[in-house]
Amino acid sequence: MRDDFGFITRWIAPNSRVLDLGCGDGALLHELAQKHAVRGYGLEIDPDSIQACIARGVNVIEQDLNNSLDNFADQSFDTVVMTQALQAMRYPHLVLDEMLRIGRQCIVTFPNFGQWRARAYLTLQGRMPVTKQLSYQWYDTPNIHFFTYRDFEQLCSERGIAILQRKRLATGWPDRWLTGFMPNVFTETAVYQLSRR
Amino acid sequence: MSDTPQADSVGIVASRIVAIEQPLTLACGEVLERHELEIECYGELNGRGDNAILICHALSGHHHAAGYHPGDSRPGWWDHYIGAGKPIDTSRFFVVCPTNIGSCFGSTGPLSINPATGRAWGAEFPPLRARDWVNSQRLLMDCLGINRWAAVVGGSLGGMQAMRWSLEYPELLDHCVVIASAMKLSAQNIAFNEIARRAIKSDPDFCNGDYAAQGRSPQRGLALARMIGHVTYLSDALMGQKFGRDLRLGDFTTGSADPVQFEIESYLNHQGDKFSGVFDANSYLLITKMLDYFDLAREYNNDPQAAFNCARCQFQVISFSSDWRFAPDRSREIVDALVAAGRDVSYCEIESDQGHDAFLLPNPRYQAALGAYLARAAETVERRQ
Repeated sequence: MRDDFGFITRWIAPNSRVLDLGCGDGALLHELAQKHAVRGYGLEIDPDSIQACIARGVNVIEQDLNNSLDNFADQSFDTVVMTQALQAMRYPHLVLDEMLRIGRQCIVTFPNFGQWRARAYLTLQGRMPVTKQLSYQWYDTPNIHFFTYRDFEQLCSERGIAILQRKRLATGWPDRWLTGFMPNVFTETAVYQLSRR
Repeated sequence: MSDTPQADSVGIVASRIVAIEQPLTLACGEVLERHELEIECYGELNGRGDNAILICHALSGHHHAAGYHPGDSRPGWWDHYIGAGKPIDTSRFFVVCPTNIGSCFGSTGPLSINPATGRAWGAEFPPLRARDWVNSQRLLMDCLGINRWAAVVGGSLGGMQAMRWSLEYPELLDHCVVIASAMKLSAQNIAFNEIARRAIKSDPDFCNGDYAAQGRSPQRGLALARMIGHVTYLSDALMGQKFGRDLRLGDFTTGSADPVQFEIESYLNHQGDKFSGVFDANSYLLITKMLDYFDLAREYNNDPQAAFNCARCQFQVISFSSDWRFAPDRSREIVDALVAAGRDVSYCEIESDQGHDAFLLPNPRYQAALGAYLARAAETVERRQ
């Protein structure tokens, strides 16, 4: 299971209703359904991922997140989740607004571009970072908005979004011990639980 | 087309007539004291009678969904999807496909004898609703020893029926598969149907529907109706690709007085003539009216969510990108209502340039999606054993 999934499953109440935006192969929803009796739906546009969801018995709906989400009613889900996809949205701030409209709470995870490895890559090589986690070249990456841990906190405060909980994850050593010390430098993946303030 | 069936074909098949002796009260209030359904079945029913799949055919469909009739070179209308190892897997499911009442392929309909008069029903056959088909199929279950449908599957009008099944008998099905369908027809859809009906009624041989008694047949009107329908089942892109502006006859040489015929003209005329030779005009009028009147949520205060609150099964909804007769937006409305009602649902919009007809044709992604979904349905059945 992916690192960020562990926290997500802890922050979602059993038997609740979950919408997963960009649900991939349905692994998170499958886990939530099996272990927490969560009733979930995933939105996805990649045909192979959709096929994987169907094969697992995960409710998957083919829908492009960059188009309107207004087919989902206000506060119609307990939790709206988006893992590692915010940076690929055309307008991340508007997607966040929609998530907070549809869900009573939201969980967002994203890669922190302020991590020292990305900074070092850019500083020393003078080229856009290509990391294990984000292995695309600048011209073919689906990740069209690079932002940092600090950028995200700033966005939340400007847009009236309450941060209920946050987790700072890193895989490398010594990063994983230092994310609390200098979050914007050492966090690799940020996990947020949000609600409307 | 090969004369020898493929290994995954259900092979040579035969239809049979099932006589249903219980009275069937129709939505219009009339009662059919008894009626008959011509059906085909593929695969084996298990001991619990719960591995059956009901195939709901569309406007011009019938019981012959898969395999070959002796001597035929072409298989049933959904042969790509029904067979051993195919999406509707006859090695796991008992597949049942009836011709519905009101149609003209053996089941009780306008061509049958009206017991009250001793003459064929013709235009006097009572108007039908999708629920009448569902109720007739409910009686068929008992005749065949089926306790529960593992899935009810249908495309187009068949998808409407499948949804109606999920509301009328929620406890009797595990899964409902709705392909290239809608909760109700759009005004444009009704308009096309009315043009088709007017084409039939304008044929001097129609005789107000009493053509059979007078030894006549409104084949020109029926052919025209089918040609109109056929255009709406294809996409502009596919027509362009298949026929373009290619000529069947003549050329555009300056000064030539020879008649010119485009390939598309020839094709459409052929389709119209072929159809008018096998379909009954009164059935066409009856079933297009049934399509027009269908409105899933009408009796639920026009609230689709309230309608699907009554369902208990899981759903798969599939649409096709170039289908403008039952467009993807119509399928999304179904999905939105199902999500709002908290029902399990998966939805795929399959990329295809084949228009509405795509639901009948081979397409790798469509086959994989339907196959994976029904494989889950088969596992549910096998776990119960």
